[in-house]
Amino acid sequence: MRALLALALAALAMTSGEAFAHAMLERAQPAVGSVVKSAPAELRLAFSERVEPDLSAVEVRDASGRRVDAGALRSEDDGTVLAVPLAGALPPGRYKVVWRILSVDTHVTRGDFSFTVAP
Amino acid sequence: MRPPAAVSVVLALLPSFALPAAAHGVVGKRFFPATIATDDPFVADELSLPTVSTTRSNATADEPSTRETEISAEFAKTLTPDLGFSIADGYRILEPHGAENRYGFGNVELGLKYQFWKDDAHEAIASAGLGFEIGGTGSTRVGADRFNTLTPAVFFGKGFGDLPESAALLRPLALTGVAGIAFPFQTGTRTTTVDPDTGDIDVETERHPNVLQWGFTLQYSLPYLQSNVRDIGLGAPFDRLIPIVEFAFETALNRGSGGSTTGTVNPGLLWLGQSVQLGIEAVLPVNDRSGRGVGAIAQLHFYLDDLFPRTLGRPIFGRDQ
Repeated sequence: MRALLALALAALAMTSGEAFAHAMLERAQPAVGSVVKSAPAELRLAFSERVEPDLSAVEVRDASGRRVDAGALRSEDDGTVLAVPLAGALPPGRYKVVWRILSVDTHVTRGDFSFTVAP
Repeated sequence: MRPPAAVSVVLALLPSFALPAAAHGVVGKRFFPATIATDDPFVADELSLPTVSTTRSNATADEPSTRETEISAEFAKTLTPDLGFSIADGYRILEPHGAENRYGFGNVELGLKYQFWKDDAHEAIASAGLGFEIGGTGSTRVGADRFNTLTPAVFFGKGFGDLPESAALLRPLALTGVAGIAFPFQTGTRTTTVDPDTGDIDVETERHPNVLQWGFTLQYSLPYLQSNVRDIGLGAPFDRLIPIVEFAFETALNRGSGGSTTGTVNPGLLWLGQSVQLGIEAVLPVNDRSGRGVGAIAQLHFYLDDLFPRTLGRPIFGRDQ
């Protein structure tokens, strides 16, 4: 049994492969939980890993639940940033962002946060 | 002169020799880290190598105060997305005060775990498992038992991301817990010695009680705070820290020592890397039977599902979670 564990460790050491990780949200613009004075033109989400934009989803909704994101997700910065176009200037109020991301290593991560527009 | 033949009952509780088991997992928005002193509810592809712990025991009638150091490893593999097994072993170094050091391996431990319930919206999970310590695979010089021990257990995890907006800053909190009963295959070990001078026979019986193994952890995830509640501007490495307190206990249930509890409280920090995790905790004994002074435990943990997502890091049967 001890030999089995040692073999597993040796196999691990010899196996080569590109390392990935679960994609975690590192930064957002507007920032998570922030209050901004001017309405943003788009939402930008920066992740710890490259993500698959075609297999990911981001929704931005106002306080009444109406979606205010518009258009396809745009991948930037070697695939670690997703830009989310917004439907025109956002009126003052609280907005909720819900995201579900597929990273290039096929792991799914999700999250949500709010920001407020208050000129 | 040795006393006449007598039966002495030695109640043995070994709180510090339970090998730590760890797994990480994602439930809804919540990334639960691998915990060090207690087992958590996830099945995963991962490797803890090494886990290093050092504690000191108080002197007893039979043993002097002893520095106990263990270097262990555990490998866990998913069979299906919800079922996994593990294998673990450790090397122990015992340094008794005023006596010769002892070295050797502990018993090999096997584990099986099944995640039977998961609720993404409430960041909750429950699982059941079975641990099996293979008696006789380790050295009796360092306290490894000659008999097998079977431990069925249940586990749970709960993140507090569903708290209302008024308690938003508490949402990064999470709780995990475990409760199991260790059933030794042997209820007692009898040792007979003969005094070479007098011929007196001395019989000692060490009783092996069933032991309730229980514990929980309380965690505050700074990555969760930054990603889901409020970006407070933490930079690396602080934005990946999870302060944690682990509580690990053992309560003997029968055979003369029923109700006797030992355990530790372990405050510490976990740091989440891209595909590895580092952890370090202080080990504080809860009473004299549990140890003496402040010990420490540290772990380097590899997320094999991130390191080898297309080979070793995926379930043998079925799709990924």
